[in-house]
Amino acid sequence: MSNAELTAKTVFNEVRDLLEPYNPNAVDIVMDTDLAAELNVDSVAAMTLIMEIEDKFDLDIPINLLPDVNRPRDLVDAVLSQAKSQ
Amino acid sequence: MDLFDKYAPFSDRYGQLEDLGVDPFHMRVEKILSPTRAIIDGRETILAGTNNYLGLTFDPTVIAAAVRALKTQGTATTGSRIANGTYPGHIALEKEIADFLGRRSAIVFPTGFQANLGILAGLAGSKDIILLDADSHASIYDGCRLSGATMIRFRHNSPADLDKRLHRLAEKQVNKLVVVESIYSMLGDQAPLDEFAEVTRRHGVSLLVDEAHSLGVFGDRGQGLVAELGIEDDVDYVVGTFSKSLGSVGGFGASNHPKFDILRYTSRPYMYTASASPSNVEAVIEAIKQIRARPNLREKLWDNARDLYRRLTDIGYQLCAPVSPILAVNMPNEETAIYCWNELLKAGIYVNLALPPGTPNGACLLRASLSAAHSPNEIKTIAGVFANIAARAALKKQPERVGL
Repeated sequence: MSNAELTAKTVFNEVRDLLEPYNPNAVDIVMDTDLAAELNVDSVAAMTLIMEIEDKFDLDIPINLLPDVNRPRDLVDAVLSQAKSQ
Repeated sequence: MDLFDKYAPFSDRYGQLEDLGVDPFHMRVEKILSPTRAIIDGRETILAGTNNYLGLTFDPTVIAAAVRALKTQGTATTGSRIANGTYPGHIALEKEIADFLGRRSAIVFPTGFQANLGILAGLAGSKDIILLDADSHASIYDGCRLSGATMIRFRHNSPADLDKRLHRLAEKQVNKLVVVESIYSMLGDQAPLDEFAEVTRRHGVSLLVDEAHSLGVFGDRGQGLVAELGIEDDVDYVVGTFSKSLGSVGGFGASNHPKFDILRYTSRPYMYTASASPSNVEAVIEAIKQIRARPNLREKLWDNARDLYRRLTDIGYQLCAPVSPILAVNMPNEETAIYCWNELLKAGIYVNLALPPGTPNGACLLRASLSAAHSPNEIKTIAGVFANIAARAALKKQPERVGL
């Protein structure tokens, strides 16, 4: 699938898989799961996660967006907006 | 609700360290005795965790220069460089640095941290893209943020990842600045600067190198790793600090760009802070003279680094990078790292304790750094204590054998 064909659902499925290593309590990851409180994704882990997402979708996500990344939904939005602009 | 609520995770983390019997943030040097000795917790301690690579903090000529300036120019300038804070010494130091590095111009800042803030925030703007190494120092991250530029991280020490990202960004018609360091302070690992230079040259983008830990350490006269590799023409901007090999406080940016000096009128961290004190400035001028004239200091530093590296690896410790003046010893877990750090301190050896989240890849490290001022006996003593602790840590049945 090219980045032009990405949808929120396909991106979320990939993001959810990438979040699994941060999910020791096996919570059900949904679009609005709290990354810090429910998945233990701190600021350092978030930067690592961003890099994994960049590799998965072959795009760049500026880390300036990090302060606004609180939930999987924010990561999905970042991927979709960067896919569009790149 | 309280302004400090946001720091709850930090308080929890600090509490965990206190529970483990360690308080590395409040270690006090009760009395400094020499570049390599101090009184800590009432004990004479060998300092093996400073950045005093060439031991110049107690050099008689450097001290004399600082004292002369103190007596004749006072304790401070009490003004910024754009007001009353530019003395002949500031101009002389900038000329000295430019000459030392073979650059057209150099700009001096009161601290190394401010040098990165001022140069990065001055060079880049909100329409530009900065690509920075993932393991960059906090001052680089903060300088990039202050610039307002789009910040893209690439994998640590990976010219291939940088190349991939520059290909993706090729169509974006904006200025792109790549930022790397020569030596990374946490692991002591060296950047493949020549490979980075090849990538940035091929893509036609600018390259800035932070030589904080390599100035005075590499190059035939101590000019840094850029000079050692002979890639001066491919490196557009160099940043450095006076608080390591040069044994003082302050920092600088240097470049051949004909418009570089405009940063003096546009970079707020340069413009709106008191200038470096005259004694600092004169001490640095003298320190540069010393490192130019005394290549034996660098030789001694590298001899000491090689010696301790060999001794630690012979004991069985795992070091994170090839030999450099920073030797990061990998610990199997936080509990062992804290145990060993405490035991080293009790035995009169100070090294840095480095724990997540401040370390790459969640590593737990004992970080030793060498000085030309360490005597062969001090190196032997440091290694001896490490050996005793490795044995004791194993006897205590730590979760994994130390460093193995």
